[in-house]
Amino acid sequence: MAQITMTQALNLAIDEAMAEDPGVFCLGEDVSAKQGGGVFKVTSGLTEKYGEHRIRATPISETAIIGAAVGAALAGQRPIAEIMLMNFVGVCMDQIVNHAAKLRFMSGGQTPCPMVIRTTTGVGVGFGGQHSDMLEAWFAHVAGIHVVTPSNPADARGLMRASIDANDPVIFIENILCYGLKAEDPGPGYRVPLGKAAIAREGTDISIITYGRTVLDALAVADDLAKEGISVEVVDLRTIAPYDEATVLASVRKTGRALTLHEAVRPFGTGAELAANIQEKCWDSLKGPVRRIGGTFSAVPFASHLEQAWIPTKPQIVEQIKASLGKL
Amino acid sequence: MAQIDRDKLLDIYTRTMKVNRTDEKFRELLMGGKVAVMYYCVRGQELVSAAAMAALEKEDYVVCTYRGQGEQTAKGIPMEKWWGECLGKATGTCKGKGGTMHITDPETGIMVTTGVVGSGLPIANGLAMASQNNGDGRVTLVSFGDGAANIGGFHEAMNMAQLYKLPVIFLCQNNRYGEHTAYADHTDSPNIASRAAGYGMPGVTVDGNDVHQIYPAVKEAVDRARRGEGPTLVEAMCYRMMGHFFGADFSYMPPEHIAEMKAEDPLPKLRKVMLEHQFTEEELDKIVADIDAQINAAVEHALAAPLPDTDEIYKDVLEETA
Repeated sequence: MAQITMTQALNLAIDEAMAEDPGVFCLGEDVSAKQGGGVFKVTSGLTEKYGEHRIRATPISETAIIGAAVGAALAGQRPIAEIMLMNFVGVCMDQIVNHAAKLRFMSGGQTPCPMVIRTTTGVGVGFGGQHSDMLEAWFAHVAGIHVVTPSNPADARGLMRASIDANDPVIFIENILCYGLKAEDPGPGYRVPLGKAAIAREGTDISIITYGRTVLDALAVADDLAKEGISVEVVDLRTIAPYDEATVLASVRKTGRALTLHEAVRPFGTGAELAANIQEKCWDSLKGPVRRIGGTFSAVPFASHLEQAWIPTKPQIVEQIKASLGKL
Repeated sequence: MAQIDRDKLLDIYTRTMKVNRTDEKFRELLMGGKVAVMYYCVRGQELVSAAAMAALEKEDYVVCTYRGQGEQTAKGIPMEKWWGECLGKATGTCKGKGGTMHITDPETGIMVTTGVVGSGLPIANGLAMASQNNGDGRVTLVSFGDGAANIGGFHEAMNMAQLYKLPVIFLCQNNRYGEHTAYADHTDSPNIASRAAGYGMPGVTVDGNDVHQIYPAVKEAVDRARRGEGPTLVEAMCYRMMGHFFGADFSYMPPEHIAEMKAEDPLPKLRKVMLEHQFTEEELDKIVADIDAQINAAVEHALAAPLPDTDEIYKDVLEETA
């Protein structure tokens, strides 16, 4: 199989879903051919195939974009709405939280809302405080939504297909720094089920529970520490919420130690929920407290060296692992 | 003045009285302490809802608000299910999980009842977009109040609807109050319909208490939408003859406003039109009596209906638990 980037993986997944189901369509700012197929080119080439009705370039109107996706989903279509950058979800939270997430429940199951909200973000590209945040915890705190993020091209393809298949809203987070990652194409029809984590690397001394771009950091650290005789297991959640509790708990019961790792700020982050649940359910297996790493509790700064100081780093991960193992 | 044929007048009258008698019954139950739920009275706005629903086909979509009793009952939600939901019973449209502010009944086209002012407009666009995409010929009507005209979603939705020529009808029921704030205290534009011009969309202000104005205006908007010519903003001037919600103080309404709305009450006006069209007092009374009997039976059914199982709080969250 050919090598593909994450951008291509997402494009292929959307393309094949659109080819199979005329009810799948994309809408968002700059998504059509006239604007170059999306700011990160994920919908490139699709307007030519499916026309402007199915790749709808929208005004800069996040509330109208998500509202339209909600309405179309209620009518039985499967919209893929793009919110260009994750911070802009602040503009349309009412449509996501009060409507997309709740309409199935509030209608007693009559009006499910099958839609994907694609959004991009990431620290490390100099976008500053309003274009960089990982806000997954906002959505993980709302019942009725899946929150998904891939760490590699194969998962991107498989998770996107599964998200389009899902009969509920999915927040699909794409990290800007991962678009260029290359890996083997898993091929047409490939799906990664929602709610299933992956053991990205097996280990025996400590479990790192992470997702998205920081999976790469965790894997790099695991490689380095293996040389020192420390065996690190890396759990890639893939679906952040509702997450694969069974896989997480089994991993921690095996290793006896856990470290949660995410780019989002640490206080009240998903790592806090994971840590609390692990401590409730794996108390007898734990050899020490669950540790947490997250971004600094401030706005993402602009200057490159500030940004690098803000974000979780590999040395921090090493330090936390060694502290947990009593090897500092 | 556009003529409305006798059959359509009868249809509008029947729907209007269904809305009115439902409202009266609800207030009676609340007053008597038989029921204690949030209810947003529609007294004074019955004709707007009824005429608008009479201009739609059964399969057309409707998005309404917490003050949506008029659209819901006039569109034809079975009364037992409607009352069941309002009383929080397992027999309700939403198994008692939505309540008075979230009545949903896709079978009759009531797709969303939102409790958030202005949120229905963007969703109506999406329903209309689906119809435009799949060519099913439906139109979508979204009802909202004058207060909703000042929230961002209104503007985003109006612009997008016109951009794509979506088959949607924006029905603004201008009842002169946004929650407890009078129109003049929240808006300086002379009316809401004139805003449509800012989006390149037709907008019209009509007297929502006059069947000969409100019905033809909505019908024309529906016909335009169905012909693929795009959206229309119809502003129906009407009065909310009660407070924001049942039991709310509305002593802030000035006496001259109350006198004005009593003089403009749509019900005696509609009755007069019916009599002018040779319907008899007896015929009209019979219609109301039949509606009352249906409502009473539906209320009895709902009062006796079982409560939802407490397990329902875990269901319908995501598909897996449905």
